[in-house]
Amino acid sequence: MAAIEMKNIVKKYGDGFPAVNDVSIDVADGEFMILVGPSGCGKSTLLRMIVGLEDITSGDMLIGGDRVNDLAPRDRNLSMVFQNYALYPHLTVYENIAFPLRLAKRPDKEIDEKVREASKTLDLDEHLQRKPANLSGGQRQRVAMGRAIVREAKAFLFDEPLSNLDAKLRGQMRTEIARLQKRLGITTVYVTHDQTEAMTLGDRVAVMKRGVLQQLATPRELYEQPVNLFVAGFIGSPPMNFLPATVEGDQVTLPFGTFPIPAAKAERTAGKGLLMAGIRPEHFEDVSVIEADKVDSSRTFEAHVDVREWLGDQQYAYVPYEAEAKVQDQLKELARESDSDSLRTQLVVSLDAASTVKEDDDATLYIDTDKMHLFDPSTGDNLTVGL
Amino acid sequence: MKKDLSSRIGIGVGFVLILLWCLLPVAWIISLSFKSQEAVTVGSPGFFPSSGGGAGWQNYQDVLQDDQFRRAIFNSIGISLIATILSVVFATLAAYAIARLEFSGKKFVLTTALVIAMFPVVSLVGPLFDMWRRFGIYDTWPGLIIPYMSFTLPLAIWTLSAFFREIPWEMEQAAQVDGATSWQAFRKVIVPLAAPGVFTAAILTFFFAWNDFVFGISLTSTENARPIPAALSFFVGADPFNRPSSLLAAGAVVATVPIVVLVLFFQRKIVAGLTAGAVKG
Repeated sequence: MAAIEMKNIVKKYGDGFPAVNDVSIDVADGEFMILVGPSGCGKSTLLRMIVGLEDITSGDMLIGGDRVNDLAPRDRNLSMVFQNYALYPHLTVYENIAFPLRLAKRPDKEIDEKVREASKTLDLDEHLQRKPANLSGGQRQRVAMGRAIVREAKAFLFDEPLSNLDAKLRGQMRTEIARLQKRLGITTVYVTHDQTEAMTLGDRVAVMKRGVLQQLATPRELYEQPVNLFVAGFIGSPPMNFLPATVEGDQVTLPFGTFPIPAAKAERTAGKGLLMAGIRPEHFEDVSVIEADKVDSSRTFEAHVDVREWLGDQQYAYVPYEAEAKVQDQLKELARESDSDSLRTQLVVSLDAASTVKEDDDATLYIDTDKMHLFDPSTGDNLTVGL
Repeated sequence: MKKDLSSRIGIGVGFVLILLWCLLPVAWIISLSFKSQEAVTVGSPGFFPSSGGGAGWQNYQDVLQDDQFRRAIFNSIGISLIATILSVVFATLAAYAIARLEFSGKKFVLTTALVIAMFPVVSLVGPLFDMWRRFGIYDTWPGLIIPYMSFTLPLAIWTLSAFFREIPWEMEQAAQVDGATSWQAFRKVIVPLAAPGVFTAAILTFFFAWNDFVFGISLTSTENARPIPAALSFFVGADPFNRPSSLLAAGAVVATVPIVVLVLFFQRKIVAGLTAGAVKG
């Protein structure tokens, strides 16, 4: 077990394009670190540089205090679970798991003990003599994990290990990985594009975009205090709503009306012209389900709900609105960066399951502007971070 | 159900027809090899040797007791095996490099290989004859092994590089992360996975070497290196206008047996889909 320190890591490919640009991340001993970002953001490249499958153009990679830039993968003593598992199809499950130990020329008795221990941990006992071809996706995934844990590696590296599983199994394996990591207490770096995995598994999460580290923080901090528009839009599902906003005094003007905001937020943003307001869907509510005495009437507005999705425990309502072309372009760009598509400017609001809002009908909604963030539209920076 | 039955009968009949078509010459040679020389000379109609015209195993005994022929079998087996092993080893290494590495001239290597494979064998006989005599390897095993290799390597490289390309990169990377050197990853993971390709290449090479006649007859002069196909043509007997057909037939059968055995042996090994289960498919 060891800490992993990345210092100003840069990866440039032949055409000079920096796939990873000046990334510095310290992964503490025993920490579960998540690398997350849209496809092509350099997260897998960074992971492969840690394990040694990609050369590092510049910067220092330290594992357990030793610089490993020039070490071959086999000399770094890390174990890795690949996205497609990369099991050895000609070997049985037993031999697959034993493979790293056999390469290390450990005595047979020790190999047997360790393989059996790993297979017990992963519930693979009855499959030991089978070939990977005859296993289900979840079992193959567990074999790949077994091959990783059987060796006393300094750290585990996961490259989107669950993306090939179906949704239900993914949920199970996610919990399983979390449990295993806590039990073994081993440093782990986990690459994913799935934000549920990012939020639930990680002690800390590093959000990347186009090779640049955007924010490195705990999941809660990422969610509540995103440092810029990209992080705000990438973390959270459904994503944060972005609305054009202007702040005058302690009032913010949104397409739906003018609402009061906390003084501290107003102070930093007043008079800065057109800003981008970010409000999470759950910071709206249907007024009819809130007790009357708790409703602050200055924070309510009328909205036309065109589509409603009822999920049982909550429901989402979609409120389309018109925005000027400049804002629309920016929203589109933002959506494109986080691998999604925004076809129209609309507000997504999460309502209580008890709300009886109808489709294609008007509703009175409450907006919690205390939780609102305001971003500078040109730089994308969060002007209200920490508030 | 009825249609199912009739189509199955149709397939069966088709099978039999095709088998007859393919195996009739073989059956005829076998039939011939059991007839006596006299019976063949007088015509000997009929598939089975007529009474008194049968030679039993006599032809086979004669053939196998013939020193020249025994020597030819030894030459053929030795030359073909060595050519096959060398060709497959070189082709495996070359194909791996071609499949995995980006280097300048890669396309050139592949095209050249293909061009060589398309070269008419006969056109090279003259120059080789001259060269080999000057190099002193005329009428020796290397004198045959080298041309066999140069004609089978291209095909083997193409076959194998196709197989290697099918193997996901992650296999080697996983092995390297697990602590293998590049060579260990190649030997313990890649080669076993490419085994069907290796066996395919081996069989093709062996066929070519075993069946070759042109090089066999023109680059050898004595039983020092003469392989079976060439040796058979020297079975003229006493009367050049009356060749010992039954003896030749027996020799041909003996020459065919190793190939049949080899195919039956390797057939099990050539199983496609060995990589199934390596990755999520």
